[in-house]
Amino acid sequence: MDVELRGITKRFGPFTANRNVNLTIRAGEVLGLLGENGAGKSTLMTVLCGLYSPSEGEILIDGKPVRFAGPGDAIAAGIGMVHQHFMLIPVFTVAENVILGVEPTGRLDRLDLVTARAQVRAINETYGLEVDPDALVGDLPVGLQQRVEIIKVLFRSAELVIFDEPTAVLTPQEVEDFFKIVRSLRDDGKAIVFITHKLNEIIEIADRISVLRAGEIVGEGDPKALSEADLAEMMVGRPVSFTVDKAPFAPGEVLLEVDDLTVLRDDDSLAVDGLDLQVHRGEIVGIAGVQGNGQTALVEALTGLARIAGGTLRFAGGDITRASTRERHRLGIAHIPEDRQRTGLIPAFTIAENMVLDTYYDERFSAGPVIRWEAVNRAAARASIDFDVRTDSVFNAVGNLSGGNQQKVIIAREMSRDTQLLIAAQPTRGIDVGSIEYIHRRIAEARDEGDGVLIVSSELDEILALSDRIVVMFRGRIVAEFDGNDPHISKKAIGLAMAGATA
Amino acid sequence: MSEQETEAGLAESLLRRAAPDRAEFEDLVIVPIFAVVVALVLGALTMLATNVDLPTIGKSYLALVQGSVGSLNALSETLTAAAPLTLAGLGIALGFRAGLFNIGAEGQLLVGGMAAVITGFSFPGLPMAIHLPLALLAGAVAGGLYAGIAGWLRAATGAHEVILTIMLNLIAFRLVDYMLRLPWVQREGRADPISRSVLTSAELPRIFTWLDPNLRLHLGIVLTLAAVLLVHWVLFRTKLGFEFRASGAGPDAARYAGMRAGLLIVIVMAFAGALAGLAGANQVLGVLGRATPGFSSGIGFDAIAVALLGRSHPWGVLAAGLLFGALEAGGRQMQVSAGVSLDLIGIIQALIIAFIAAPLLVRAIFPWGFRRAAKAPKE
Repeated sequence: MDVELRGITKRFGPFTANRNVNLTIRAGEVLGLLGENGAGKSTLMTVLCGLYSPSEGEILIDGKPVRFAGPGDAIAAGIGMVHQHFMLIPVFTVAENVILGVEPTGRLDRLDLVTARAQVRAINETYGLEVDPDALVGDLPVGLQQRVEIIKVLFRSAELVIFDEPTAVLTPQEVEDFFKIVRSLRDDGKAIVFITHKLNEIIEIADRISVLRAGEIVGEGDPKALSEADLAEMMVGRPVSFTVDKAPFAPGEVLLEVDDLTVLRDDDSLAVDGLDLQVHRGEIVGIAGVQGNGQTALVEALTGLARIAGGTLRFAGGDITRASTRERHRLGIAHIPEDRQRTGLIPAFTIAENMVLDTYYDERFSAGPVIRWEAVNRAAARASIDFDVRTDSVFNAVGNLSGGNQQKVIIAREMSRDTQLLIAAQPTRGIDVGSIEYIHRRIAEARDEGDGVLIVSSELDEILALSDRIVVMFRGRIVAEFDGNDPHISKKAIGLAMAGATA
Repeated sequence: MSEQETEAGLAESLLRRAAPDRAEFEDLVIVPIFAVVVALVLGALTMLATNVDLPTIGKSYLALVQGSVGSLNALSETLTAAAPLTLAGLGIALGFRAGLFNIGAEGQLLVGGMAAVITGFSFPGLPMAIHLPLALLAGAVAGGLYAGIAGWLRAATGAHEVILTIMLNLIAFRLVDYMLRLPWVQREGRADPISRSVLTSAELPRIFTWLDPNLRLHLGIVLTLAAVLLVHWVLFRTKLGFEFRASGAGPDAARYAGMRAGLLIVIVMAFAGALAGLAGANQVLGVLGRATPGFSSGIGFDAIAVALLGRSHPWGVLAAGLLFGALEAGGRQMQVSAGVSLDLIGIIQALIIAFIAAPLLVRAIFPWGFRRAAKAPKE
C-alpha cells in the first residue's frame, strides 16, 4: 500500500503545526521521519491516523484520495500506529490486549479466545516476535510490551505501520531486536514510518529520510548519502557539534569515595552489591550499563534518597553515609534526577518555584520563616537567561515547557549554586539535539572548573562523548573500566561488558 | 554595555506576569455563579415535585435571601454560621494543598471544642484577657494533637489518612459522650449528658450588641478572618507553605529536593487539626456556651465541601464559607416563613457542589457564558 500526503497544512487557531507537507510512503520501505520535539512530527502522524483532519491538503491511498472522519476510518484503511506510550492493560493477557475492541466472538457474544490466541500465534511466527499470547502484559519487559503493540496493529490488518519514537524506552539490545522486527515487516511489504530524533538510528534503519522543522519538510534524502552532521543541521537549522570540548584532563584529589556500598531493593534483593567507586575533582566518570543493573539505586544512595545497607560514602574528606538529602545538598552535591517530570520538577509549579525547589531555604532566598519571592523571581529570571530556558515569563508552569527546556530548568537549578559534585542521571533523555549540545557543554564546563561529575546514562554515545573514565555496571557491581580519553576506545568491548561478558 | 542593558531588559520582561487567563477567571468566578443558579432552579423543581405550589416556592426563595442578607440580623446569622465552616475548611484546604485528604475535621472539632469547654468552665476568677485566649488555645492544641495522631500514623506506618481520620471521628463522638457524663464535666443536677457552662470570662464576646442587642455575631468572625490571612501567609509566603505545596503537587520531587515528607505530614495534619479545633472552640465559646453530644453538628463534614468549593485557596474558602453560612441562615428563615423543609437546603448545597465539581457540565448548560473552548478545534 502506498500512501501520499499532499500539501497537508494543519492549524490550531493562529498556530500552524504543519505547513504544506508532502510525503510519500511506499510499501516495502522504511521512511524515517526526523525532527526535533515540537517540529510537528506527531501532529502530522495524528492527521494520518484520522485523529485530526487536515486544514488543507489531502491524503491519497494507492492514488485515490481518502477522507478520515475518525481513527476508525484510518484503521479500516490499513493504517496503524504504535504509540510511544503504550496503551495496554497490564492485568490482561497478551491475547486479550490484542483483541481489545475487535474481539472475535461466538454465539451469544461469547468471547472466542481460542481463535484469538491462534491468530496471535500466527502473527508471532510470521514476524519472529516470540511473544507468549497467554502471558500477562504487566509481567513483560518493556521491549516485549512494545511487540504486543505491534501485534495489535498487525491484528487489525495494518499495511502502513507508524512507530512514534519507538526506541526511547528500549535498551541497546532491545533496539537491535526491534530493528530486526522492523526489517521483517518491511520485507513482508508493509510500509513503515519511523519517527525519531535519534540520528544514528535513522541512518541505520531508514530507506529514505524526511526531515521536519517548524512544521515544514526541510530536507529529504538517502541515509547512505547523509551523515549525522548533515541531518542534525537540517533538523536544527544550524551546524551542531557532536564532540564536547573539554580542557585537557587534569584530575585533582579524590572527591567522592564509595567503599563497598550495598543497597537493597524493596524486596530485599541486592540492587548495589559491594560497589567501590571514586570520583576525582575535575573528572567526569560515566557509568554505562543496561537499565536495571543498580544505577538508579546507586544514585539514590549517593544522594541520600535510598537507605544504605552497608559500606561507606566519603565526600570531600567527610563521612556522608548517614547524611540526609538536604545535608548533602548543602555540602555541595548537585543532582539531576533521571525522571524530570516526576522527581526533578513539579510540573504544576512555576519556573521560579522549580528553580528554588531545593534551595528555597538558603539565605539568598529566605529570611526566617519567609521566602523572599522577590529575590527568587529575580534569580530565576537571571538563571533562565544564563541557562537558555526559552520562556516569556518565569511565572509560567514548568509543565508547559518542552522537555529540553524543562531539563534546562533542572540544570539551571543545580548548577547555579556552589557545588562540588554533580550527579546526573540520564541528563539528556528524550530531548532535542540542540538542548543536548547545550547541556553537554555545561557539564563539561563544570568539570573544567574543578567539579567532580558522575554521569549515568543508557546512551552509550553520551557516556563516550563526555567521560574521562567509563565504568560499566552490571548486576549491582562495576565489572569493567575504560579510559574515556583513549581515542581508540572500543565500543564493542563496552557493549560486551554491559551485557555481562567478562573480558 | 548595551548588551548588559538588553540582558537586564530581558530579565525584567521575564518577571512580567501573564494577564489572568480568561479560562481561569471563568473557572473561578463564572462557573460557581452558574452552579448556584442551576442548583436553585433544580431546588425549585424538587419543591414542585414534592407538591409545593409556585407561590410558596417564590416565597421560600425570598425567605432564603432575606434570611441570609436581608437584614442586619440576617447578616449576623450568616457570618456566625460561616465562621466555623471557614475555620475548619481552611484546615482541610491546607491538607488538600499538601496532598492529604483529611476527613477528620469533625472529630478534631469535637475534641477541640471539648478542650475549650473544659478550660472555659474550669478557671473561675481568671481575667478574660487570659481566660479566653487560654480556652481558644486549648481548643487548637487539642484539635492539633488529635489530628497529629492520624498524621503520625500515616507517616510512620503508611496507613491511609482517610481511614485513620474516619476512625478517629467515631472515637471522638464516643469520647465526647463519655466525657459529658464524667462528674467533673457534667452539669450539676442534670441526668442528661450536658457539660457545665462556659464562664463569661471565656466567652467569645458579641461584637455588635451596641447596634442591636439581639445580634449574635461574636469575636469568632475576627478570629476567622485572621486565620484566613494566616493560612494565606503560611501557604504562599513561608518556607513551610512551600514545602506543603511541593509535597502535594509533586511528592517525589519534594523528596528528591530534600524535604522531609513524614515530618511534613505530621505538621500539616496538626495545623489542620488546630484550625478544626479552633472551629470547635469557636462554637462552644461563641454560640453554644456548653457541650452536648454531637455539638459539632456536621460542620466538619460541610467544611470538606467548603474547602473543595473554595479550591483549597484561603480566599476561596472564605467565600465558600460565607456562601454556606448564608445558605444555613437563609434556610432557617425558609423553614420558618415558607414552611419548606430545612432538608431542601441540604439538597441545594449538594447540587451546588456537584455542579462546581463538574465545570464541563455547567459550560454545556450555559454555552453563551463562556468563550469557545480553545481546545484542539474540529474543522
